[in-house]
Amino acid sequence: MLEIKNLSKTFNPGTVNEKQALTNVSITLNEGDFVTIIGGNGAGKSTMLNAIAGVWPIDSGSIFVGGVDITRLPEHKRAKYIGRVFQDPMMGTSADMGIDENLAIAARRGKHRTLSWSITRKEREKYKKLLSSLDLGLEDRLTSKVGLLSGGQRQAITLLMASLEKPQLLLLDEHTAALDPKTAAKVLALSDKIIEENQLTAMMVTHNMKDAINHGNRLIMMHEGNIIYDVSGEEKKKLHVSDLLAKFEEVSGGEFANDRMMLN
Amino acid sequence: MFNFVALLNALPGSVAQGVLMGIMAIGVYITYKVLDFADLTVDGSLCTGGAVAVMLIMKGINPYVALLAAFAVGMLAGLLTGFFHTVMGIPGILAGILSQLGLYSINMRIMGKSNQAVSVDKYDLVVSLRYITMAIAVGLIFVVVVIGILYWFLGTEIGSAVRATGCNENMARAQGINTNVGKIIGLVLSNGLVALSGALYAQYNGNADINMGRGAIVIGLASVIIGEVLFGKIFRNFALRLFSVVIGCVIYFAVIALVLQLGLSTTDLKLFSALIVAVFLAIPYWSGKYKATHPAKVKKGGKTDAGN
Repeated sequence: MLEIKNLSKTFNPGTVNEKQALTNVSITLNEGDFVTIIGGNGAGKSTMLNAIAGVWPIDSGSIFVGGVDITRLPEHKRAKYIGRVFQDPMMGTSADMGIDENLAIAARRGKHRTLSWSITRKEREKYKKLLSSLDLGLEDRLTSKVGLLSGGQRQAITLLMASLEKPQLLLLDEHTAALDPKTAAKVLALSDKIIEENQLTAMMVTHNMKDAINHGNRLIMMHEGNIIYDVSGEEKKKLHVSDLLAKFEEVSGGEFANDRMMLN
Repeated sequence: MFNFVALLNALPGSVAQGVLMGIMAIGVYITYKVLDFADLTVDGSLCTGGAVAVMLIMKGINPYVALLAAFAVGMLAGLLTGFFHTVMGIPGILAGILSQLGLYSINMRIMGKSNQAVSVDKYDLVVSLRYITMAIAVGLIFVVVVIGILYWFLGTEIGSAVRATGCNENMARAQGINTNVGKIIGLVLSNGLVALSGALYAQYNGNADINMGRGAIVIGLASVIIGEVLFGKIFRNFALRLFSVVIGCVIYFAVIALVLQLGLSTTDLKLFSALIVAVFLAIPYWSGKYKATHPAKVKKGGKTDAGN
């Protein structure tokens, strides 16, 4: 479903701030894979997701989604294949627009936009049902401005938006990191549900090792722009946080001092 | 010496000016509010609209056709700014300034000299200050039609994409919207309206002048802000919000008439306008700062809390 070959990206080349963020990364995802991605700060997790989404051009390598070469497509054209949820709850929705309007825009992802009405009555009914399935009381606030909602509610809506028009690949970039633990758990459960119901292929970056182990069927660990550990199936199910810690200390030379990495 | 009668006599003219220039202010609303883009092309494209209309009318073209032509040429001006910004990567404000500067030459080319007059005696103009009541009525019809079209357009799939572009570019791109196209559509539409307004305003005054657009963006911003401050809490509907911009523009011209009666010289007007707009732009910033340092005290009890 996703095939990345020899992906490299260096930020600020030729300056003192030069940073090789991705070094010859290659990975292939099968249809239905749900991959969790862990790694320290600056390991290249978000960079990899942004490279796939096309936020900026890559230096070398190629990216295929469902057999289509998207390496040179601009960000908005890749959106046809890719659904995304960001770390910042403000980033995935338009605050000044209604919940229904945001969903309607997402429903037309990858489609030709015309001069017909941006939202139909039938759609509103459908969105109402979808929202009530979130169990956040949003079905009665269909036309409320998204800016009035909480971070968790906004992430839930962004998740709906990312999956409304079934994407070939769903990218979740630390989408629960900015939420309080209770809300984070709710949004994570919702992510699981949406991925399962729609049988999506997904990648989820997280700082929470336990989440990385408990969710998805495959786990990769990144370090200094490389994928250093890739485990799936039964082997992944048997993983413990202590295994990941050991692995992490092994590659980072025993120095485990990452205050953002959560142990449980 | 303040002359109240003179002010009353000046008011209908202010209303007419405000309504006709209100269409320009609606154009500014599209870029400044919907697109979140401070577009300075306006100072050039307003004159372009006036110039195109006046020159065509002088050539014997129907004044309504001349208005349409002005609208189209104004759209081209917006396209130029959009091109500077999206294709050439020039920051928005600078892109507008470049267009504005370039349009000066184009406006001179269109007119041949810095001022061209069309007399209402000789041509069948759409509006004229000779017939102020008529001008207000015609202006209002244009305003209603423009608001109607915008209300429809921004409610379509494409219009919704333009709004998303202005609201959150990240979200727009992630949902497959080409934000460059979104910005260009907004700029084209906005400057088309600005030029249309310029074409009406030039007919109203009976001439197009190379300096007629100078400071137009400030008038537009003032109208948007006055409309928002006075009616922002009452008017929730988008069409009404656009109308409040036109009311803002009328109030602006009424205030100008007032300060002129109070003895301010016409050359001092621009400084006055600039300062007024600066203060109004500062109000949301100041009130935000004040609220941050003075959190509202929660009052307990009483009727308002009883239901909670």
